[in-house]
Amino acid sequence: MANVTNNRPLSPHLQIYKMIPTMAMSILHRITGGALYFGTILVAWWLIAAASGPGYYEFVNGIFGSWIGRLVLLGYTWALIHHMLGGLRHFMMDFGYGLEKALSTQLAKAQVAASIVLTILVWIVGYLVR
Amino acid sequence: MNMRTPLKKVRGLGAAREGTEHFWRQRVTAAANVPLFLFFIGFLIKYNGKPFPEVVGALHNPIVATIMGLMVISGIVHMKLGMQMIIEDYIHSEWQKVSLLMLNTFFSFLLGALCLFAVLKIGFAG
Repeated sequence: MANVTNNRPLSPHLQIYKMIPTMAMSILHRITGGALYFGTILVAWWLIAAASGPGYYEFVNGIFGSWIGRLVLLGYTWALIHHMLGGLRHFMMDFGYGLEKALSTQLAKAQVAASIVLTILVWIVGYLVR
Repeated sequence: MNMRTPLKKVRGLGAAREGTEHFWRQRVTAAANVPLFLFFIGFLIKYNGKPFPEVVGALHNPIVATIMGLMVISGIVHMKLGMQMIIEDYIHSEWQKVSLLMLNTFFSFLLGALCLFAVLKIGFAG
C-alpha cells in the first residue's frame, strides 16, 4: 500500500500538446521568474557595493560594465520587462478579460514583441543619458 | 474561548488549509512591483555609469531610499512565493521538497536582509 501512488498513471504533460503562443508565454513567465529569482543576487550585489564605498563600487561597476556583465544585465532587463508584461496580462485575465481564443493568442504574441522593443528602448535611453 | 463555529473556521480555506492567501499575496506584491520596479529601471537608466558619489547621493535621498526599501520587500516576498510554487509543482520527494522550501526561505530572507541593510546604511549614513 505504501507505494500505491507511484504506479498510478500520470496525466499527460507539456510534451504531448502542440506548442501555442499562450502556452509558450506561460512557460516563459515561469522561466523568467526563476531567472529573476537568481538575478536578485545582482541587485543585492549592486546595493551592497554602493553601501561599501567607492573602491568596491568601482570594482563591481567594472564587472557589470564588461561585455559579459552587460550581456547578463541585458538578459536581466528583458526577463524583468517580459515578466512584468506577463504579470499585467495575468491581471487582465484574473479579471476575466482577454480570454477569447484569438485575442489571447494575439496578446501573447504582442507580449514577446513588446518586451523586446521595450528592452531595447530602455538600453538606448540608458546609453543616451550617460 | 473560541466562539467560531467549525464551519466558519474552514470556510474558504480549501484542501491546502491556507485558502487563497498565497495567491492573494502573489497578486498584491505583483501589483506593488509594477510601479516599484519601473522606478528602479528609471533609476538605473539615469544613474548607470555615473560616479560613486552621485549614485550614493541619489540613494541617500529619503524618498528614493524608501522606494528602494519597499521594492526590496515587495520583490523578495514575490520571488519567495514564486519559487515556492515552482518547488511544490516539480519536486515530489517529501524530504527534498521540505529542504528546498526551507532553503528558499533562507535564501530569500538572506538576500532581503542584505539589500535592506545596504539601502538603510546608504539612507542613514550615505
